[in-house]
Formats: sequence, structure tokens, C-alpha cells
Amino acid sequence: MPSLDQALGIHPQAMKLRAYRAQVLAANLANAETPNYRARDVDFRSALRDADPTTRLAATRPGHFSDAAPGFGGIDLQYREPTQASLDQNTVDVAAERARFVDNSLRYQASLRFLDGKLSGIKSALRGE
Amino acid sequence: MSLFAVFDIAGSALGAQSIRMNATASNMANANSASSSIDQTYRARVPVFSAVMEDFEFEPGPGSGVQVDGIVESQAPLRKEFRPGHPLSDDDGYIYLPNVNAVEEMANMIAASRSYQTSVEVMDASKQMLQRTLTLGQR
Repeated sequence: MPSLDQALGIHPQAMKLRAYRAQVLAANLANAETPNYRARDVDFRSALRDADPTTRLAATRPGHFSDAAPGFGGIDLQYREPTQASLDQNTVDVAAERARFVDNSLRYQASLRFLDGKLSGIKSALRGE
Repeated sequence: MSLFAVFDIAGSALGAQSIRMNATASNMANANSASSSIDQTYRARVPVFSAVMEDFEFEPGPGSGVQVDGIVESQAPLRKEFRPGHPLSDDDGYIYLPNVNAVEEMANMIAASRSYQTSVEVMDASKQMLQRTLTLGQR
């Protein structure tokens, strides 16, 4: 029998990751004028692949290693390639980071809509009307 | 929940930028505060920002806020003017004026207010994301 997690698909993980990325981008924007600060970002594709339980290594015995990222603590953040050199070694491009932040929050809301739709679908299936 | 951390991060930026605005306002207000000796003259003040170091004892977080490490005084030379009639002039007839560069201060002010606005917008977007999330499954 398919579980509720399967019914919701990738969207819960995607939302978690979007929220995480919002934090990274907010930190970039907060440090837009901090000397020596280097902008960071999440490699969304690989992070989402790692967060998907169906693609993780299964730990079936006590000695097995787990590649599970607990609460996304294991996500590597990567440093952004600077577009323009700045005198204080700061690599934050405010306009680009803002665009990414808005893009990220819209995609978060898209996942939210999908999840909402799925939940209301499950609800109406349960009611059987 | 990392979306709540966005408020802390953007909040730290609001604080840092308002300190910068304060320094700019103080510099502009004192741009012409004359004095009779080098030691007593006002010098332009500049806040120094640094990223908040993450606490690695716990799970290393994705983002850090910004903090003001301190305020330093500009080391640019003071302006020395020959004004024998000025009440504060020294024995040789000179007064000392602060090393405030008005153009630099204006640029600083614009940058600080833009940064402040950006942080407010970040907070607003996060608030919307959280509010939408709270209504999940209510339809």
C-alpha cells in the first residue's frame, strides 16, 4: 500500500530545501558589504537528489554507512564564481542574489501549491463524495 | 525551521545598516565642527562589518548574519585653514576642520539605505512564504 509520503511526492523535500536556500541567500544579502565575505549557494539538483529517500543508500545492517543528510546538515554549500572583482574581496552581487531570492521563494510557493492540491485530493478521496 | 532564521539574518543586516546610517548622519552633522587643536577635532567614523562566525559545535548552519565589529576613525588628514578671526583659531591663526568627505558620506548613505530596503524585502518575502505554509491543507 502506498504511503502518504509517496502520495506527496518530492514536494516536502523540495520545500525544505527551498527554505534552506532562502536562508543561504538571505545571508549573502545581509553580508553584501562585509569585507572578505564570499557568496555561497546550494547545488539544488544534487541536494534534492540526496534528500530524496528513494535514491539514498539503504542501511540494512548495523555496520552500514548512512549517506542520509540529517536535516540537510550535510549539504555542501558552494562558493559562487564572482562576476566582478571588488576591492574588499567580497563576491556578493546584490542584484543577482535578490533575483535568486525571489525565484527561490516563488518556487517554494509553487511546491506549496502542489502539496496543497495533493492534500485536498487525498481529503476528497477519504470523504468518498 | 530555516525560514525563521531568515528573520534573524535579515534583522542583523537591518541593525548593521542602521548603525552605518547613524555614523553617516554623525559625520555629516559634524562636517564643519571646527576646533583649535588636532587632537580635539572630530574625525569621520566608519563602522567595520564582519560575518557572524557560525557555531560549529552544533550543526553548522547555512547562513550567518552580519555584525558590526567596531567603529574606526578615518585616518585621512584633517583640513587646516587659516582663519585668524575665528574664535577657535590657535595662536598662529589656524583652525582644524574634520576630515569628513561629503561625497563619500552621501554614497555611503545611499548604499546603506538600499541595503536596508533589501533586507526589509527579504523579511517580507519570508513572511509571505511562512503565512502561505501555515494555511497548508486548509482548503
